[in-house]
Amino acid sequence: MNRGVAYYILGRFLQSVMVLWIIVTLLFLLFRLAPSNPLASYIDTTFTKQQEAALLARFGLDKPLGEQYIIYLVNLLKLDLGDTFSYSGKTVLDILGADLPNTIYLTLTSLLLAYAVGVLGGIVMAAMRGSAFERIGTTFTLMTRAAPQFWVGMLLLTFFAFQWKLLPSSGIGPPMVRYRWETEWDKLMSPVFWRHMILPTFTLALYLHGLPLLLMRSNMLEVLDQDYVTMSRLAGYSEWRVMIQTAARNAMLPVLTALTLGIGYSIGGNVVIEHVFSWPGLGRTLVRAVQQADYPLAQGAFFLIAVIIVFMNFIADILYSLLDPRVGASAQAQVS
Amino acid sequence: MQQEASVRGEGRGKETMEFRQSSALRQLWETNLEVFQRDKMALFGLCIFAVFAIVAVFAPQIAPNDPLTPLKNNEGDWIKDAMPYWLAEPGEDEEEGYTNNFLLGTTNIGRDIYSQLIHGSRSALLVGFSAAAAVAVIGTVVGLLAGYYGGLVDAILMRAADVAFGIPFIPFIIVVSAFLDPSIWNVVVAMAALLWRDTGRVIRSQVLVIKEQAFVSAARVSGASDLRIIFVYIAPSILPLTFLYGSFAIAWAILTEASVSFLGFSDPETISWGFMLQDAFNSLALSREAFYWIVPPGLCIMLTVMAGFFIGRGYEEVLFPRLRRM
Repeated sequence: MNRGVAYYILGRFLQSVMVLWIIVTLLFLLFRLAPSNPLASYIDTTFTKQQEAALLARFGLDKPLGEQYIIYLVNLLKLDLGDTFSYSGKTVLDILGADLPNTIYLTLTSLLLAYAVGVLGGIVMAAMRGSAFERIGTTFTLMTRAAPQFWVGMLLLTFFAFQWKLLPSSGIGPPMVRYRWETEWDKLMSPVFWRHMILPTFTLALYLHGLPLLLMRSNMLEVLDQDYVTMSRLAGYSEWRVMIQTAARNAMLPVLTALTLGIGYSIGGNVVIEHVFSWPGLGRTLVRAVQQADYPLAQGAFFLIAVIIVFMNFIADILYSLLDPRVGASAQAQVS
Repeated sequence: MQQEASVRGEGRGKETMEFRQSSALRQLWETNLEVFQRDKMALFGLCIFAVFAIVAVFAPQIAPNDPLTPLKNNEGDWIKDAMPYWLAEPGEDEEEGYTNNFLLGTTNIGRDIYSQLIHGSRSALLVGFSAAAAVAVIGTVVGLLAGYYGGLVDAILMRAADVAFGIPFIPFIIVVSAFLDPSIWNVVVAMAALLWRDTGRVIRSQVLVIKEQAFVSAARVSGASDLRIIFVYIAPSILPLTFLYGSFAIAWAILTEASVSFLGFSDPETISWGFMLQDAFNSLALSREAFYWIVPPGLCIMLTVMAGFFIGRGYEEVLFPRLRRM
């Protein structure tokens, strides 16, 4: 790795930190927009004025806005996200810590499935361009991208969970089973957990597979035009060898970047699927927290999702510049 | 869901569009015409929007009942969970004291599903088109200014785009609509506040190319002001790109509005397809296998979103000729 690349990565990293700081500031202001003071749902009508004031003081809400902002930033740096209102005796970090693995399992499994199918599908579509099969396949893929994820989830639930009773309809497992999972490892080793994951994973993967498929297809068509592909054709390699070994390898690069970006955006976008399948992840917690006016929890979940997205955007940028020398050069020019 | 546009945008930005100048507006009109003449799917998309637009305008005339008022039978009870007349057992309605003429049945509190479906087209199109218009205008202006001026203006606007890319989309919309009054306009504003980022980036990279062209230098030499160069000379050449991203933005906006309504953050007085699905989901229509309630709203969302996709792809094919043979 030369110095230019190192500087580029450092520059990008500092930029990401800046971006995150601005987002965190916006988040602070956004939550001051909340309809009443953040403790409205917490304060009982029987509270005396003194009790109310004591409570506000405990959460630092009696201080001027600037001071509150500083306290907020310091707490974030210490990863102290505060206490929740709706789950007594738990910190926001406890709850998000329990949710995050579930969201990651669901997202990563779906993404892997979607990208495996998408990349292969894209190669097949490119190889069969112009055929009726390709037209039907592409239209189907567009349909899966246009159909709302929650609706696809509802239809699958109706068939597989209610009509045919093949798969569980919600959650990650019955309480009796969950009780026995002491570690994440126990959970991952449990067939019950995976059975619960089938429907949400399939729904999410069905939506996600469209991007890699369409991207792979158009990249393939672009690459197939290049001289080196013509050369390997002339060298007498079989069509499939040309497709897979020469073209697909080069067409993969943008798909890899999309995958990296996809991890971040899916974690933020899983909200709807987690809601439909009552999957105990970050998205469902965010929705519940907003509904119950549990502002510290909502703010914490939002913050965590934003951190993941900004970090994955950073990784995607780096990957892109390392894999594609042209971007590297122009990117370096941008930084200097 | 916004990632497709961003990934596409980054890839396409490096590909140069065919620039044709001459009378700018006539050129724009010809490009638009070419899109719908060349691409039958784009034309199909346009027809879908046209049909839904007619339905939306005449919704009160087309819908047989009010979408929000529960219907009552002779005894004044709500006509709960009536099946569509083509599924219901004959004679059942007379026993219950009403005449079943419901194309898609009724909800668990006796609202007419078909009338809701008709009225739902209003919020979908309203949100879709107004959000797309806002996204297109903001994105185009940001892209023009950043690309033309470069330097500090560019740096600030593009960092703002980075921030917009870092904010989780659906969570942001949820929080905004929960904190402000539940209304579709807040959803539109929240979407516009983030979605301009793709359009802005792509248009900026195209402006970087265009501003090096001879006709721009010629305009500068002849004493045209910066703003005149930007909006009179450069803007018409990138407007087709604005239409491209605008069409995709219609699709994303309709999908997002549906998701937000489904999660229960929309105005309960405004019927939308997402709201209908939320209603069905919460009243356990799934376990009753009430397909007549679940399927139609989702199909409508899918059709309108696909219409946006089709039109966007039509523009892509005309603007980026290398894609044509696909």
